[in-house]
Amino acid sequence: MSQSIRLRVARYRPDKDTEPGWQEYDVPLREEWTVLDGLNHVKNEVDTTLSFRWSCRMGICGSCGMNVGGEPRLTCATFLSDYAPGPVDVAPLSNFPVVRDLVVDITDFMEKLPRVKPWLIRDEEQPVDEGEYLQSPEELDAYKQFSMCINCMLCYAACPVYGLEPEFIGPAAIALAERYDLDSRDHGTRQRLDVLIEQEGVYGCTFVGECTRVCPKHVDPAAAIQRYKLKAAQESVKMFLLPRALRR
Amino acid sequence: MSTEDLRYHPRVPVLWWTRKPSYFVFVMRELSSLFIAWLVLYLLLFVRAVGRGDAAYADFLAWATSPWLVVLNAVAFAFLVLHTITWFSLTPQAMVIDLGGRRVPPAVIIGAQYAALAVVSVLVYWLVTR
Repeated sequence: MSQSIRLRVARYRPDKDTEPGWQEYDVPLREEWTVLDGLNHVKNEVDTTLSFRWSCRMGICGSCGMNVGGEPRLTCATFLSDYAPGPVDVAPLSNFPVVRDLVVDITDFMEKLPRVKPWLIRDEEQPVDEGEYLQSPEELDAYKQFSMCINCMLCYAACPVYGLEPEFIGPAAIALAERYDLDSRDHGTRQRLDVLIEQEGVYGCTFVGECTRVCPKHVDPAAAIQRYKLKAAQESVKMFLLPRALRR
Repeated sequence: MSTEDLRYHPRVPVLWWTRKPSYFVFVMRELSSLFIAWLVLYLLLFVRAVGRGDAAYADFLAWATSPWLVVLNAVAFAFLVLHTITWFSLTPQAMVIDLGGRRVPPAVIIGAQYAALAVVSVLVYWLVTR
């Protein structure tokens, strides 16, 4: 194995550049080094002007998502040795405006996420002295997979629909809506459906399936969206067929 | 700092669907709907010709064997196969079926669809050839 590997890193300095370009750096190729380790090496030893986001280094915070070799990946969980002998292309996540170098503007996602109310909604809150809302292991299993989402936005970078139609609320937001809908303690299905039944909600999705493929936590947003479409369609039929008094 | 937006707004390239095999297959699946619409129209024309009697049926057969139509129908059939395979393989993600408290495995859902397709195909074949 050679001793170093070349990183081709996308650079965009808004004060100097009108569009992104590439810059190459050679970093040590060590078996245990991830792409993020390579970038940190560049930042610490070679070029302090390089900008990128990271935090936990253990695939939990979701902040180090970038395009590595053209694929959206968590750079803290992507090993340099998998790309040997290189070079490895590192670019910011697709479909988001680039603030600087590898840093993207996630404002759009941050505005969309609360629209699906990803928190427990109760018809009536139970008094604190009555204790916790209990849940069986089966009830936990119903939503557990969708609760693994870490908001890393790799699914948005992989979704061509989001790239072409930025109004689309997107895979992670819908997967999180599904996570709370499937929670036995939650009563907010109706409120979320009102948001997701719109054109820019679930119907924006044409089932490319890339969101699921790139998800580092195996959340399967594509499944969540299709399940939601079924739910939305059933609701539409109900609205059409049932008299007002019988609707939920 | 000025209020001018200094962010770089990437554009989705026109040929984005050629970047990855999965994007390409997706766009082909979307495109297949046009060919499926054509095959439905072709079937309706066929039924109409049968209903109008022997002469119309003979005319339809003569038209149907013209080389360009054979090529078109062969392409349309290839798209139909693509549409069927990709659609069947996607259904387990949309359908969550629980039987006796256990989730039905994706392979069973996909297999059931192929089995249903085979049964319907045999039925149609029997109806046409009996």
